[in-house]
Amino acid sequence: MNFDLSDDAKTLKEAARKFLDARAGPPVARKVMDDGLTYDAALWAEVVEQGWPAARVPEAHGGLGLGADEACVLAEAMGRSLAPVPLLSTMAAIEAILLAGTDAQKAHWLPKLASGEAVGTIAWAGGDAKSPTAMPDLTLSGDTVSGVKSPVTDGLVATVAIVTVASADGPAMAIVSLDGVTREAVETLDLVRPSAKLHFEKTPAQALGTAADWVKLTEQLAVLAAWEALGTADAARDMTVAYAKDRVAFGQRIGRYQGVKHKLADMYILSELARAHALHGCWAWSAGAAELSQAAAAARVSSLDALKFTAEESVQLHGGIGFTWEHDCQFYYRRNRQIASSLGSRAHWADRLVRALEQRNRASA
Amino acid sequence: MDFNDTPQEADYRQQVKAWIAANAGAYLAPPAKPWALDDFVARSKAWQAKKHDAGYVGITWPKAVGGQGLTPMHQIVFNQEESRTHVPTGLYSIGLGMCIPTVFTHGNPKVAARYVPKALKGEDVWCQLFSEPVAGSDLASIRTKAVKDGDEWVINGQKVWTSFAHKSDFGIVVCRTDFDAPKHKGLTMFIVDMHAPGIEVRGIKQMSGGSDFNEVFFTDVRVNDTHRLGEIGDGWKVSLTTLMHERLAVGGKPRHAPGYQTLMSVAAGIETDTGPAMERADVRQRIADTYIADEGIKLTQMRALSALSRGAIPGPEQSISKVVIAKTMQDMASFALDLSQAQGLAVEPGSDLEKLQGSYMWSAGLRIAGGTDEILRNIIAERVLGLPGDMRPDKDTPFSQLKPL
Repeated sequence: MNFDLSDDAKTLKEAARKFLDARAGPPVARKVMDDGLTYDAALWAEVVEQGWPAARVPEAHGGLGLGADEACVLAEAMGRSLAPVPLLSTMAAIEAILLAGTDAQKAHWLPKLASGEAVGTIAWAGGDAKSPTAMPDLTLSGDTVSGVKSPVTDGLVATVAIVTVASADGPAMAIVSLDGVTREAVETLDLVRPSAKLHFEKTPAQALGTAADWVKLTEQLAVLAAWEALGTADAARDMTVAYAKDRVAFGQRIGRYQGVKHKLADMYILSELARAHALHGCWAWSAGAAELSQAAAAARVSSLDALKFTAEESVQLHGGIGFTWEHDCQFYYRRNRQIASSLGSRAHWADRLVRALEQRNRASA
Repeated sequence: MDFNDTPQEADYRQQVKAWIAANAGAYLAPPAKPWALDDFVARSKAWQAKKHDAGYVGITWPKAVGGQGLTPMHQIVFNQEESRTHVPTGLYSIGLGMCIPTVFTHGNPKVAARYVPKALKGEDVWCQLFSEPVAGSDLASIRTKAVKDGDEWVINGQKVWTSFAHKSDFGIVVCRTDFDAPKHKGLTMFIVDMHAPGIEVRGIKQMSGGSDFNEVFFTDVRVNDTHRLGEIGDGWKVSLTTLMHERLAVGGKPRHAPGYQTLMSVAAGIETDTGPAMERADVRQRIADTYIADEGIKLTQMRALSALSRGAIPGPEQSISKVVIAKTMQDMASFALDLSQAQGLAVEPGSDLEKLQGSYMWSAGLRIAGGTDEILRNIIAERVLGLPGDMRPDKDTPFSQLKPL
């Protein structure tokens, strides 16, 4: 039994943590917010230099050819550090192309994304598409798309987008260069990670894979998002535990009171359940296992639960100061909403989990 | 990452599988009806003796005490294969899971040598005499007293929640031997013969209807000093050994307990006012919640197995198991009974609903036994997250000076 990250992934996890502890974190996120920036350009240059956008890109296309384990630990480290750079969006676009791209599309886009020359993102939400599996109202007609996608994570920074379009079998993908595309900033609850409204007007686009590919991509991205959420929850919990060990009320450190201590224990419990499912999702992705549908859904749902509880109760346990603009609680509280909203809701994924279980039961009947 | 056995584990598993297939007999299928207590005891003894003769008991214990000297992974492999059957379990969990390890860790070797082999064979059943009416979670507040008289100790007091005391031959009992020391420092542990003069066992009926545990009254019960476990005054430290083993023994989900599949199965047969139950969002959410908790614990345990398989110590995440399992069991059962409306109330022997009703009743006890939900949260908060311990106004005062509230 070896239900654990690979040794290489663990090494990368430590290195990423060390780098981001020094170079990112709430103060860096706050600066981007205060200065009205869409990302931290200097940090992005360093992240590119670390090779992280290249992690999953095959060596043949200028990448490091790493696996799901490594992608997951990077997502976790990014989640923990709140690093204001479009790495996860770019990694998502890379996964889409790896999964569904033609050789020509891979050859064209992967090297650019690996080197940081191109910044990617996924644009699925907009119009009537309330969930990732609802039919989008954009279509790929001829070689172009027209219509609106909003909110698109990192849509102000990205240079290429994976856009969902309607197809006979459900949402499918198109790859669209954002050169010349009109973009508007969309105000969201997350003041660090920007979102945009993208206006496509007969914008050149190429079909990317099938409807089945989109479904599978959402599962892989659900696993990545689960690891990101885990990192974010861990950071919020660690901050709150530190506060509870320090703050005094009624002559005692507040961490001594069961009302406080038990909430922190519950944060830990939810996070460890989520971690188990996130590992399972990572395994299923890496092994190409049929269980991915069920594992990815469970990873997403459990990680959303952990992050929601942790982010909300972190504010609570800090008392009044947790509710101030100056305190860092807001970053986790807001990021929780961003992660929860950007890939389909908890309810959507809980339903997908049950569907996967029903399918499995039918198959073994 | 993989879920495969190492070659050694796979080898052992093959052996175990073959032995079980050849020896489990009728236990390969579920029993037609639950066994009456005496039948359960007889069957348990017979199965234990069989396992003993084949070398499948005390798997991780040192050979010197009659064990197999193998690794935790071997024990786990055996447990996994045995759980696929319906053999009687539970009679020896406390004795072999908790009491006997305490005996061979802290007891006089000559005395241990008299008891350990018979316990391993299943000839003796052991119980753990810790909790008292005044002291459950607060074990260090116990009052049962042991007073030295020549070579013997004389025990007076009362224990409670003693599982299987009514079928036990021996027990380990923690007593107060120094009333002038602060509570944790005045305790000592002993082996006691459950058939000794002065011991009276009275069954307690559980809310769930059964009667697996007891009150045990001690009136001038004599125990030789050779049967002391650890030094005088070391009873707290010795108890911690026992409790550490208890967490391992009680932790997992009871075998064959209903899970999300049972909920799905029950829901599949129900038509609600707004359509088939399986098409309702609230039902689907609840199935998802149950899966996440139960499978999350299973996956967490696999992380522990991975560590053990490498010879490493499992991480602290294992501490979440019981606290999640017990409440999940209660919540799921409650939901399923709600969904079943009036039928959820009526008990129909052999039905899925009956399993859920049993689960509903039993889970209330499971949230308390082997560390309450609240104590377990304290343990997570304090030992894993490093938060300060609860305020203990009675910790350093001599026990005899503590004023009752």
